[in-house]
Amino acid sequence: MMTHMQPTLSRRNLLKGGALIVGFNIAGPLTSPMVGPLAAPAAAATPDPELLDSWIAVHADNTATVFMGKVELGQGTTTGMLQIAAEELDLAMSQVRAARVDTNVTPNQGPAVASLSIMDNGPQLRGAAAEARQALMQLAAVRLDASVDRLRVKDGVVTVEGDPGRAVSYGALIGDRQFNVKMTGKAPQKPISQYRLVTTRVPRVDIPDKVSGKYAYMQHVRLPGMLHGRVVRPRGQGAYGDSARIVSIDASSISGIAGSRVVRRGDFVGVVAEHEWDAVRAAEKLKVTWDVPPRLPAGRLFEAMRTSRTIDSVIVDTGDVPAALATAAHVASATYYGPYQSHAPFAPSCALADVGAGSALVMCSTQFPHGVRNMLAQTLGLSSDQVQVRYYEGAGVFGRACHDDCAIAAAVMSQAVGRPVRVQFMRWDELGWDNYGPAHLADVRGGVDAAGNMMAFVYEGWHHGWNTAETSQELALGGPVQPPVSGRARLVNKETLTAVYSMPNVRLINHHVPGLDGYLKGGNLRSPMDLSISFASEQTIDELAHAVRMDPVAFRRRNITDRRWLGVLDAVALAAGWVPRVTHAASSGARVVTGRGIALGTHIVSYGGAVADIEVDRESGEIRVKHLYGALDAGLVVNPALVENQIEGMLIQATSRALIEEVQFTNTNVTSLDWKTYPVLRFADHPQVTPIVVQRLDERSTGAGEEVMGAAVGAIANAFFDATGARMREYPMRPDRVRAALKA
Amino acid sequence: MAEELKIRVNEQESIVAADRDTPLLYVLSNELGLQGPRFGCGLAQCGSCSVLLDGVEIRSCITPVGAVEGKSVTTLEGLPALYARQRNLANAPALHPLQRAMIDEQAPQCGYCYNGMIIKGFELLSQKPQPTEGAIREAMNGHLCRCGSYPRIMKAIQLASRIMAEERR
Repeated sequence: MMTHMQPTLSRRNLLKGGALIVGFNIAGPLTSPMVGPLAAPAAAATPDPELLDSWIAVHADNTATVFMGKVELGQGTTTGMLQIAAEELDLAMSQVRAARVDTNVTPNQGPAVASLSIMDNGPQLRGAAAEARQALMQLAAVRLDASVDRLRVKDGVVTVEGDPGRAVSYGALIGDRQFNVKMTGKAPQKPISQYRLVTTRVPRVDIPDKVSGKYAYMQHVRLPGMLHGRVVRPRGQGAYGDSARIVSIDASSISGIAGSRVVRRGDFVGVVAEHEWDAVRAAEKLKVTWDVPPRLPAGRLFEAMRTSRTIDSVIVDTGDVPAALATAAHVASATYYGPYQSHAPFAPSCALADVGAGSALVMCSTQFPHGVRNMLAQTLGLSSDQVQVRYYEGAGVFGRACHDDCAIAAAVMSQAVGRPVRVQFMRWDELGWDNYGPAHLADVRGGVDAAGNMMAFVYEGWHHGWNTAETSQELALGGPVQPPVSGRARLVNKETLTAVYSMPNVRLINHHVPGLDGYLKGGNLRSPMDLSISFASEQTIDELAHAVRMDPVAFRRRNITDRRWLGVLDAVALAAGWVPRVTHAASSGARVVTGRGIALGTHIVSYGGAVADIEVDRESGEIRVKHLYGALDAGLVVNPALVENQIEGMLIQATSRALIEEVQFTNTNVTSLDWKTYPVLRFADHPQVTPIVVQRLDERSTGAGEEVMGAAVGAIANAFFDATGARMREYPMRPDRVRAALKA
Repeated sequence: MAEELKIRVNEQESIVAADRDTPLLYVLSNELGLQGPRFGCGLAQCGSCSVLLDGVEIRSCITPVGAVEGKSVTTLEGLPALYARQRNLANAPALHPLQRAMIDEQAPQCGYCYNGMIIKGFELLSQKPQPTEGAIREAMNGHLCRCGSYPRIMKAIQLASRIMAEERR
């Protein structure tokens, strides 16, 4: 009935025909990508990054395959990385392609998080491509009997200067054979002045297949003989650590669904069936009695956080803050609140696992193939090198959604039933069992002198960190869960808070809330902490500007010395046609009022700025964001078109998170489980967007996927004050909160 | 109980074995191997699974396969051919003008929602060849995009409208 491609398990196969982006040319009507069974235990270890062949293969047809460890998430990393490789190799874009990311095929470049791909791994790949070019030049010098300094390359054809008749292609030099050389770390790299691809607007390589329907998303992958699986959990998680203990399972409740069966391991429960709809129905019908302790702080979340036994750390303490505040001409002081928010990917996670006695192949949409490989090995009782993880893109996740949880669920079920199992989370699984972006509480005070100089700034923030294991792993293995930890983007960080403005007296305090004391699971959600921090700190800055009757752009300019922060501030103000003025100079009696706000922000690195134009309906409390301008200085931008697309996405998603998104829960469980109870910004309400890329050829490339989010939220909040003269201290800025703020 | 059902998808008749109440989406994905319609919520809230039923956009995740017997289903894969029939073209183009416009605008990020975006945009352009911005916002409002590519989808629909007007001439 179905024919299928054998998987390309070894790198040697990859070198044969160069058919790398697995071409699923399937006979008959089926167009789904089919992947064959695991032919033999995967012996291949992770490619050694010290070997050139781990990174680049040149084929006889004068094309090259690039092996990169970073996954495509829709941000365009693959295109940007191929640009870097093609640039250094002097190949055309049409001559390079990327191998599918796979623990046994592509090198480990770490997780695709924190907008690090181009920043950290671009230079790594550029170095590898330069090594390959150097090796090819040495081969060409021998073949053409000319010194390396006389060789010129265009589109992979090497010629001798002044003697164009002497030529050889890369393919003829090494086609489909290995370089067999170690990385030297000394290969010369092309000077920026000679770039012809990097810094240009190369179209994304993945888009044509994404609009035609040919793109192989994880959800499309099938294996012969596979079963369909679904997880069975309480609808919506409870307090992290003890929210899903099984009391009893009534397997007879699904006896009417032919071919369905229960899979249980510890507190992990799933169902499998031959047909997908049967698995869906069985998961729905299976009667499980859960012990669901009422430990969540419904209705008193921020009170619980503030009064918990926190672990405190002083991040920055410079100058004499109390003295500076005592002498300041104006002090702005407020408490700010940010909610739990969900990754809420457009499609729930999906994974397909084939687990045998001593091997496992797991296909999934992980952001970190080598990371989930270790978790899978631990859960399955295998060694890491017995587990092969192959990446297929799913819907955009923006951080640690349920993709790894789903991968482990599929593997646990496959191991239990001895057949390949494909698991797709249901909408309520994904929204209800997410690793949410944690809630945040902050006390902020700022002081300014009469001339508009920032004198003092104090920020105290409360927050529990991120859990480190996945739900399926914890349920299957049992035992106590690990306490959540603060991540790299820690709660209160100087990069976001005080690297922007020059202030003599600063105090930043981090209150780490114990995450096992009755909270939801936490995880890194795009721009972790930045939205909450910018919402609080950029409103404080704006209040101080207003207190001294200064234009908010001029006020910021006065208190910034860093040329790159000044650059991004000026770029966004210029694009928005900013007219200097004191905000909310006069109140209007109109029902619908308009406002404009500006803010800055970052995510550890890079420089973001935003201007927001909004309307507020003072009766209904609805905020409508009409236009957002977002500027980003991310150093040398490899592909401005990619970064523009990222900025636009950040502006739209930030609008959604600023106005709408909030995880809802009772004292037993999360209740926001679909798009009605966890609404996000819809088409009709989206603002116009203007992205501005500040290109800096003299600075290293830094992150470009998260750094405008905080600025956008701050700008919307400041625009609200401009429109109404009132401040929003809590987001999302829902109509009920807006009405309450306007009454106050 | 599974029974043999005859359904017409992208102008091809297929016999599929399924319970009549199985959502059409699972039949399209698993029996016919189509990649256009795809699971998003299973609740008709997001538009991921959209297909055309006799030219009208429906949600295949909540439409029982038994309900489409005797009707014509078109998926993303069938849009170029349907366009060719609408326009009396001798050959179907590789892509519908809206798909080409999505490439020209470099619209998608993850692209997962683009099945629904293109299906709904196709329906809109069939009914209103020159939709206003307000009409686009209203028509597309049942389709979510989590990456935030709404502005580019807007531009792509407007571009496709111009391309289609030119191709009509």
